[in-house]
Amino acid sequence: MPRGDRQLVMGNMACMRGAIYAGMRFYAGYPITPSTEIAEGCARELPKLGGHFIQMEDEIGSIGAVIGAAVAGSKAMTATSGPGYSLMQENIGYAYMIEAPCVIVNVQRGGPSTGLPTKVSQSDTMQARWGTHGDYTAITVAPSTVTDTFTETVRAFNLAERFRTPVTILMDEVVGHMQEMVSFPEPGECEVFNRTKPTCVPSSYMAYGPSKTCVNPMPSYGEGYRWFATGLTHDAHGFSTDKPEEVVVELDKLRNKITNYEDEICKVRAEYMDDAEIAIVSYGSVSRTALQVVKLAREAGVKVGFVQLQTVWPFPLKQLRELLAKTAHVIVAELNMGQIVGEVERVALGDTKVHSLLRYDGDIFTPMQFLEKIEEVRS
Amino acid sequence: MSRVSLLEVKIPEDRYEIRLSGSGGQGLVLAAMLLAEAIGADASKSVIQTKSYGPEARGGASKSDVVVSTGEIYYPKALHLDLLLAMTQESLNKYYPDLKAGGTLVIDDTLVSKLPTQDYYGLSFTRIAKEQLKNVMVANVISLGAIAAITNVVGLDALLTAVLARAPRGTEEVNRIAVETGYQEGLALKLKKNPPTN
Repeated sequence: MPRGDRQLVMGNMACMRGAIYAGMRFYAGYPITPSTEIAEGCARELPKLGGHFIQMEDEIGSIGAVIGAAVAGSKAMTATSGPGYSLMQENIGYAYMIEAPCVIVNVQRGGPSTGLPTKVSQSDTMQARWGTHGDYTAITVAPSTVTDTFTETVRAFNLAERFRTPVTILMDEVVGHMQEMVSFPEPGECEVFNRTKPTCVPSSYMAYGPSKTCVNPMPSYGEGYRWFATGLTHDAHGFSTDKPEEVVVELDKLRNKITNYEDEICKVRAEYMDDAEIAIVSYGSVSRTALQVVKLAREAGVKVGFVQLQTVWPFPLKQLRELLAKTAHVIVAELNMGQIVGEVERVALGDTKVHSLLRYDGDIFTPMQFLEKIEEVRS
Repeated sequence: MSRVSLLEVKIPEDRYEIRLSGSGGQGLVLAAMLLAEAIGADASKSVIQTKSYGPEARGGASKSDVVVSTGEIYYPKALHLDLLLAMTQESLNKYYPDLKAGGTLVIDDTLVSKLPTQDYYGLSFTRIAKEQLKNVMVANVISLGAIAAITNVVGLDALLTAVLARAPRGTEEVNRIAVETGYQEGLALKLKKNPPTN
């Protein structure tokens, strides 16, 4: 799309466009409100680019196909909402284990179960971190505007490729369904990262095992490199092992490849924080209203600051600890019964008091709800 | 900390807030999208459209909000409506309380009979669509034409451009007539409601 060509674009379509910009050429999914437009967009656009769209029998098949496409060399994505995200969890664990780069979009709606199909929620935040069983470290990003959805989707693919890992994009019904007039970056304007491929002779290739960055090069299946993709804890070649020393090396590696690079992965937007006495921490569509309220409070001379978690997982511990070090009060606003607030409580040291602003009735916070909460904290 | 109460803070009214409401299947989400595109064609305006509907494919309450501003739009939905279009009695009952004092109320009097106020614009969008245009599906587009005539939020040309850009092939003519019919009806009604004073 040429620059300056403003178009009315839906958040879900911006996700699809961002994915294609990043090089996504394989999509498998099963439609579910409020994510369906992502599948519709992919079905329309991918065939034109020589890519592939498959409507699968369900979400379990969808993520299976995505992982298969990823090891075959594609940049692959699926999109769903809470119920589908739950179904995908077993295979998402498999993707963590075999280190398959892929992107999973969860446009959140109210839960549990089928919940509120058409209403907004952020109640899958913890599921994005701990949804599948076992010890692993997850990467999750959360956009708040249509433009943001495009750039964060590009970033999600870059992180997936860079760290050979599934990445979740946590959207919500409001950011997915809102339409704004936007123009997107031109090709070449945003960085696009492609997975590192092995340069060694196939016989000496190891899919896992020792690596300074903890991320091994990844060949595509069919390129002549042999490696074994198993969900069992494996050794450097991918064969299953239960030798304690090999098990620990493997699990440490899955964690360290992410925790050692948190500075690169964690993205936090902070405004008016230098002298803030009260900070509002938010993510996703909630951040839009939070920023408006912070500006209103500043105009009234009240020192409120704005912190937006663009990376939700790994939790930006270091950045938040620095930002909140001198802040007397923190208000954590989220559309659930209190999920990320627990993480903020862990980073808030000393005298910083953490307050929770919650809503889980299927609608977003109004500016007035924020202002009332700030007043409650001030008194 | 200073003692200014934030509850006294005036939320800036640099926004024009529109809600198109009715029943699922009447095409109100599409109408809101067309309206947003028509308004947004003016590069000096920010516009954002959101929607709210039930799990049903047809029937059930449906609404779509369009917020227009010359500045940045943060809170994306409509709270204090400058313009409410109600295409059913149920939607009027539900959303009338959100209409600002002095806000514009437009109703489809084919389907709305009980009015909470005398200050409204009533046009028979559904009947005109059925009888004049022989296509009930364009009632939403007729209502957009009327909105262009009654309010200053969008011009007729911008609206026609936006509607025709999205009209499925073969329906351009009926959509063009729908916009123009709505516009004419809206103009006539506006003139009747506000006769020239001289």
